[in-house]
Amino acid sequence: MRNDYQNPSQETLLAMYERMLVIRETEEYLGAQFRAGELPAGVHLYIGQEASGVGICAHLSDEDWITSTHRGHGHFLAKGGDPYAMIAEIHAKADGVCGGFGGTMHVADLSRGILGANGIVGGGLGIATGAAFAAKLDGKGKVAACFFGDGAANQGTLMEAMNVASLWKLPLLLVCEHNGWSEFTRSEVATSGNILDRAQPFGIPAQEVDGNDVGAVWRVAGEMIEAMRNDGGPGLLLTHTYRTRGHVEAEINFLSQSYRSEEEVASWEARDPLDRAVALLAETGMATEEILVVRERVKTLIDAAAARAQAAPDPDPALVKSMMFSEVDAW
Amino acid sequence: MAKRRFIQAINDAMFEEMERDPRIILFGEDVEISMFGDTKGLRDHFGPDRVRDTPICEALLTGMAVGMAAAGWRPVLHMMFSNFMYTGFDAIANQMSKLHLMTGGQMKLPITVMAGFGGGRSTAAQHSDCPYPLFMNLGGINVAVPSNAGDAKGLFKTAVRSNDPAIFLEPGGRGGELGEVPDGEHLVSFGKAAIRREGRDVTIVAIGAMVKLADQAAKALAANGVEAEIIDPRTLVPLDEETILASIAKTRRLVIVDEARDRCSAASQIAAVAADRGFGLLKAPVKRVTVPNVCMPYAPVLERSVYPSSERIVSTVLALVSNQEAI
Ligand SMILES: Cc1ncc(C[n+]2csc(CCOP(=O)(O)OP(=O)(O)O)c2C)c(N)n1
Ligand SMILES: [Mg+2]
Repeated sequence: MRNDYQNPSQETLLAMYERMLVIRETEEYLGAQFRAGELPAGVHLYIGQEASGVGICAHLSDEDWITSTHRGHGHFLAKGGDPYAMIAEIHAKADGVCGGFGGTMHVADLSRGILGANGIVGGGLGIATGAAFAAKLDGKGKVAACFFGDGAANQGTLMEAMNVASLWKLPLLLVCEHNGWSEFTRSEVATSGNILDRAQPFGIPAQEVDGNDVGAVWRVAGEMIEAMRNDGGPGLLLTHTYRTRGHVEAEINFLSQSYRSEEEVASWEARDPLDRAVALLAETGMATEEILVVRERVKTLIDAAAARAQAAPDPDPALVKSMMFSEVDAW
Repeated sequence: MAKRRFIQAINDAMFEEMERDPRIILFGEDVEISMFGDTKGLRDHFGPDRVRDTPICEALLTGMAVGMAAAGWRPVLHMMFSNFMYTGFDAIANQMSKLHLMTGGQMKLPITVMAGFGGGRSTAAQHSDCPYPLFMNLGGINVAVPSNAGDAKGLFKTAVRSNDPAIFLEPGGRGGELGEVPDGEHLVSFGKAAIRREGRDVTIVAIGAMVKLADQAAKALAANGVEAEIIDPRTLVPLDEETILASIAKTRRLVIVDEARDRCSAASQIAAVAADRGFGLLKAPVKRVTVPNVCMPYAPVLERSVYPSSERIVSTVLALVSNQEAI
């Protein structure tokens, strides 16, 4: 039976809006913490791109896998990762989801199929292809989604991944989140042609979508993922979006000049994915008060997680040596 | 004990392990037909899901091994010649060796990456490298370098049963060499060196294909009244420092034979261990018989001029025991 991906129900929309809020609240907090000198390293915020990760991950369960990028907080939370465990990780605390060994660019939770954010641009392509092969071998209709940026699309492993995934009919959803920039290089000067067209010679179906419209992302991703679960092979989904914050938080402190106009940023802020989700909810007849309740709930949740994370203990340096291998004592 | 060729012993190990554990998957370029013979017959026996030829895309394949392992399978990736591991080095160095630590121990990576390595057969510089120093330096990856058929089988089995990544390097061109393989279940632990020959005058630590050369050298030395002890580390990570140090305590001299380029070779590391932990035991400088810092030339006469030889081992040892400065 095919599902109807035309219209997400009010319940689905609200759940997605709440996830987006969790990401936004968490990242606003993390940005402020970094600016206040409270984090050991800079953070790459996903602010402005939340609809892309949330609209896609809404179709995934803990049994499915994702790989993510240096801009990975949003994917982690969208896939159901625990905000407290992630905030504690970024605060470099023992309670962190990786025990303080990974940090902001490496949040991972294998129990939820989150194979990790990645500091190597394009690093998730091979891992996700391997997970998709695993999914195929498992034979239970699982899928692997690989999030990567428009900059990462210029890594050669994208071609390798498309070739293998198409040849072996792997349930691999390649999600290119096109925010127009790789660091401080505009996409137009780094990328030839249209990334979407790169799938065509491999016979891979490709779709593009307004990545700031969570309803639209949810619809397109839903159809693609369902096809994959039915042994449909890979797909490429290009989500057009924008990071309204810097490549890395507080980048102005080290950049000698700005690289984009205020108008450009403002034009995308006017298309903020959270505001648009609120508008979608209003269309379904949801009252403003109900939306405010959700907002309060998320704020309380993240405030509590943040306070707890700040108070959590540091990791124990004695653990470092034992962490390179899982079985080192066995020899 | 059965006589098996080096490559047959690896093939036997693969059959037995894949039979034992249905989650072991073998993939790589031309593994079905098997260029070296080590993966021969596996496709017919285990089918296309478990034994699979891949396109030529090493950068992706090493990443895939990580993804498959993270998703619960036990991949064995055959990289053919070890030089091609450079093409796939990113995911080995940035993902495979690091993700256990980076995920706070969540990600178990039972991966075996195998390849033939080394020179001596005019395969020229891009098919005869000896890359284990790179892997030794990564941390997080075990490195096994068998010197004979029996160890090849036992080390391979240990590699695929381990929940950590392992690099398994087969000395190139040695596939046909016969050796004794113990009957029944045969495993060789990682981090346990073997004493191949006992002697009182000098310790020769020899790696992989160098063990055979060391053995030839030891026979020639014995004719000169010098008794060499030969230590085969079998794995470079973990390295059995204790066995090496115990041998130095007895012989008080150390020569290391390694077919890596000299600079930052495995021999350099072993020499550093001897200097650090065995300084008081030594009565002569530690010497390394390695490939000089050049890449492997093609012409047999050129290759022979740089590849370690039993003659070079003999002259190095004789210079040491006669207390002259060795080459
Ligand atoms: C292999 C590699 N090369 C370069 C970098 C430095 N770097 C970090 S993020 C980035 C830009 C990535 O752009 P894109 O893939 O579009 O992702 P976005 O930052 O826009 O989300 C670069 C060049 C890196 N981390 N890894
Ligand atoms: Mg980008």
